[in-house]
Amino acid sequence: MSDLDREMGTFLILLRNKIRNVPISIAALLALLPLVPVALWSVSGSWRFPALWPEAWSLRGFRHLAEPGTRFAEALATSLGIAVAVTAASIVVALPAGIAIGAHRFRLRNLVILIVLLPILVPPLAVTLGIHGAFIQLGLADTAVGVILVHLVPAVPYAVLILASVFASRSGEIEATARTLGAAPWQAFLHVTLPQIAPGLAVAALLAFLISWSQYILTVIIGGGSVLTLAMLLFSAASGNDPVVTGALAVVFALPAVTALLLVLRLLRPRVDRAPALDRVRWAPGSN
Amino acid sequence: MLAPALVVIGGLFGGGLADALAQSFGWFPALGMHDLELDAWRAVLRDPAILHSLLLTLYVAATTTAISTILAVALALALRGSSARLPMAILHLPITIPYLLAAVGITLLVSQSGLLARVIANLGFIDEPRDFPPLVYDPYAIGIILTYVWKETPFITLITLALLRGAPEELEQVARTLGATRRQCLRHVILPRIMSGLLAAAFVAFAFTFGAFEVPLLLGETSPPTLPVLAWYEYQSLDLADRPTAMAVALIIAIVTGVLAVVLLRLSRRFFNV
Repeated sequence: MSDLDREMGTFLILLRNKIRNVPISIAALLALLPLVPVALWSVSGSWRFPALWPEAWSLRGFRHLAEPGTRFAEALATSLGIAVAVTAASIVVALPAGIAIGAHRFRLRNLVILIVLLPILVPPLAVTLGIHGAFIQLGLADTAVGVILVHLVPAVPYAVLILASVFASRSGEIEATARTLGAAPWQAFLHVTLPQIAPGLAVAALLAFLISWSQYILTVIIGGGSVLTLAMLLFSAASGNDPVVTGALAVVFALPAVTALLLVLRLLRPRVDRAPALDRVRWAPGSN
Repeated sequence: MLAPALVVIGGLFGGGLADALAQSFGWFPALGMHDLELDAWRAVLRDPAILHSLLLTLYVAATTTAISTILAVALALALRGSSARLPMAILHLPITIPYLLAAVGITLLVSQSGLLARVIANLGFIDEPRDFPPLVYDPYAIGIILTYVWKETPFITLITLALLRGAPEELEQVARTLGATRRQCLRHVILPRIMSGLLAAAFVAFAFTFGAFEVPLLLGETSPPTLPVLAWYEYQSLDLADRPTAMAVALIIAIVTGVLAVVLLRLSRRFFNV
């Protein structure tokens, strides 16, 4: 084979690899597309039709959020507080269930899985309207605690599913060894199980956080307007007609979603892929 | 170990469902309503406006699910073996972005003064925003469907990719060697292997879009509203007599998705041995 042939061969392989990446690149562009006008509007000063690009830039939207009258700081704190509480409660509730479903076989296991899946399979609106009636009597309506409880309905099932799949992929042999060597059950859990399941646990926690962060209607029904979250601010901004403020709010609202995605992708990256140093440098977040 | 999860889900989900059911029959002791009656259900099942809402909601959810599933399978087949990490990471993005934010983005993209209309105007096809067809607040719910397709397609794609990874490529190579065309290979080798998982993913997307609230309230026509929006309007009504109606409408959503889940479960048990 001549050098030319070899070069042609290398070229063709490179070309084929490039062509293979065309569909994913188009898909990625489409996935980004609706976020482009959001980001542009958030920092635009003037952007009249039919300009493709803002004619002037400004931080008016973000400055507006900083004014006390918008209740932005209050909503941000409420959203964060509720999401953190929902995350903690979801993990506490879902971890034992995840171990039971993932690592053990028992009677009625399929029924338990079905019950856990129900809130994913059946939209929560009817359930929430029903819960509202009960919460009014219990004094939980219009309170942050009531909102946290109702956010658990969509958050817990996903946390259980992820943790169950984490425990289903483990054999428990290392714990058994630790026990043989004299570790108490809680020691085996703390020093052996926990470090190993940490990435899966983090993914479940991030998902629970995001589910709570994204809620709108459940918060409105149970919070009754007394509990103001960022989602509610964004909803009322989007129903109005100031795309600059809407864009600024939307950017803040998107931050946890983007951060969570980056963290999850890091946590779930297979260890084998981490080995080539060059690859890691190329795709490290921020370097590209 | 299951107790906490079952208490949370059973108590909140089961309790809420039972309470909604009781209220739909007019039983709400806290408000002095003690009589069980079928009035709300009778009215809801006869009301043509509610039938319209049901059909609109079914149309939105079915169209979204069909488009997203077909796109996702095509995309997953094209993406197999793709090594591009950054685009793959970006493709995950719509899954984590809240629906509310997706609706805002789609509005700024496809409304009459949105980015798409601006591109068309710069190409010289239209002069003013009103020349661009209304894609949000429109009778065909295109804005709602676009938002959902943007959210659901990556979700189903990733599940399909995981399913494909579970199905070894050797089988396809054997089929191709034995003379199967690409289409036959897809129809008889690939699809049967991923079908039950794909149906489950498509169902989760359907159930969500059927019961979701934010997007149609933000991007939909006010008349007819989708079922979840209608239930919310009725619930907000100051007239307490509308309470049972709101509950009945919300329960129709739960019943439709519940029945569909059971049917799908049976179907996939029977045809795909799972």
